[in-house]
Amino acid sequence: MNAVDVDTSEVLERVQTGVKAFDELVMGGLPRARTTIVGGTPGSGKTVFATQFLAHGITMYGETGVLVTFEEPPRDIEANMRGFGWDLPRWRREGKLAFVDASPPANDEMVVGDFDLSGLLSRILHSVKTVGARRVVLDSLTQLFDHFIGDPKILRRELFHISNALKQAGLTVLMTAERNSEYGEITRHRLEEFVADNVVILRNVLHREKRRRTIEVLKMRGSHHAEGEAPFTLLANQGVVAIPLSSLRLEQQSSMVRVTSGNRAIDDMCGGGFFRDSVTLVSGATGTGKTLLVTNFLAGGVAAGEKAILFGYEESRGQLFRNASGWGVDFARMEEEGKLRVICLYPEAQGLPDHLLTIQALVDEFQPSRIAVDSLSALERIAPDTGFREFLISLTSFIKKREIAGLCTATSKSLVGGQSASEQHISTLTDSIILLRYIQEQDTMHRGLMVLKMRGSEHAKEIRRFTIDGAGMHLGEPFRHAPSVFSGNDGDYTR
Amino acid sequence: MLRLYIAGNSASSRRAEQNLDQLRKQMKRGEWKIEVIDVLLRPDLAEKAGILATPTLSYDLSPRPRRIIGDLSDTRRVLEFLGIEPNGEIA
Repeated sequence: MNAVDVDTSEVLERVQTGVKAFDELVMGGLPRARTTIVGGTPGSGKTVFATQFLAHGITMYGETGVLVTFEEPPRDIEANMRGFGWDLPRWRREGKLAFVDASPPANDEMVVGDFDLSGLLSRILHSVKTVGARRVVLDSLTQLFDHFIGDPKILRRELFHISNALKQAGLTVLMTAERNSEYGEITRHRLEEFVADNVVILRNVLHREKRRRTIEVLKMRGSHHAEGEAPFTLLANQGVVAIPLSSLRLEQQSSMVRVTSGNRAIDDMCGGGFFRDSVTLVSGATGTGKTLLVTNFLAGGVAAGEKAILFGYEESRGQLFRNASGWGVDFARMEEEGKLRVICLYPEAQGLPDHLLTIQALVDEFQPSRIAVDSLSALERIAPDTGFREFLISLTSFIKKREIAGLCTATSKSLVGGQSASEQHISTLTDSIILLRYIQEQDTMHRGLMVLKMRGSEHAKEIRRFTIDGAGMHLGEPFRHAPSVFSGNDGDYTR
Repeated sequence: MLRLYIAGNSASSRRAEQNLDQLRKQMKRGEWKIEVIDVLLRPDLAEKAGILATPTLSYDLSPRPRRIIGDLSDTRRVLEFLGIEPNGEIA
């Protein structure tokens, strides 16, 4: 065997779970002919994830599977999984799936002396042979362990043996195991220590009255994986849908194509408009004109023959339409012409991961060239910090991957100057930042606009005065004696 | 009617067979019919009976089906569990 052979043999073949973002976490999928333990508390989605591994194998990758159930009888599993769109009975009839029913028997049972689990192993291998399976799920090991709780030593030995035998048969094995708490020992009875090459944890944490589901790859023997918890959600007709995170960043291409912001003067300040696949943040206190910029952005796109979509989380459709017509923009007609879609949702209506999936689904359905989100601050309200940051990363990655222009707004808390928390999160994630500020000049209050950042392009550095009337936003002369737009403190820039 | 599920030549399976044979000899009326099933050769029968562990002694025809898992090394407990008097009478 020469060196090249060694190299190729070291690359583990991957078995895709079909949960896209999860496959990215584990560098393409679970290693072939290895065992993975999926640990989680009751209700964390273990059985769904495990069944999905088999279901996707059948529907997407032409790999048949065997489901060994220690807890619920096959009938119950078939009924429970129907809601996710998986027709287990049909696959069973078609010879693509086989059950090994190891749910607790109704009869009396006693253990006298030494035993092994050859009965179980030979049944599994028999089913594997019958359907030509490449994937095997054991759900859950904890149940099997509890069945023989009086003989933990024998069980450890036997599970190790079964796990090895299945690997040697070239099977990719996914085993579930119960956990007692979200952040404690990995699994009850420490099953992972003697059976698993890889360990995946599903969590279902209550945080600020919201359920937050995450998936974490804890260990991958002999291969790399992404670290940290990735959020996921359970959807009807889909099952586990994980939210892609940082793994997306490197795939984005950069476009030099400029699109209009909907306001010629702002285009000029930005060096000719926004980039087509960039995300711009508009930050300002309440009433500074953020929603007006959003309206311009949408109308400018529609006027240029593009389709645009708006996700509103602060105002109702009625209010947004009325605002727009107050600035001479007819949202209703644009919608009738199929050029615009306005979606208004209460932030509290669902969790952030679900909001993200809603956005993704509607964007993929409507195929717009630009998207506006008004406002991020409203969404931030409903989520813990980490959840919000993950949401932002995922949202900006998604917008860029679809190569559409994005405009998001954030509300700063103080009226004059100041930074909002979402600005701190998002400033590194967005390509451009536009600040809208109230600026005091002697006895009067003015509005000022500045382009704070424009990735990959020159931009104007001055703070421009602007006014708002029935025709929209009008930019005027730069301020010459402006106080700091960041701190709100008076500062004299003329010295 | 008793069924003994074994796994090939494994040590515990052999011991179970020996122990069961011993038990039968102790019986005054040793007329039990015992069927031995090797799960490695007949996984379909193991599937049908829902066998996980071997050896398993299955006593299916009593009003309450019972199973003993293990090598049957403690004959007194085996008989007790099956509800069989040492003289071979079924209690």
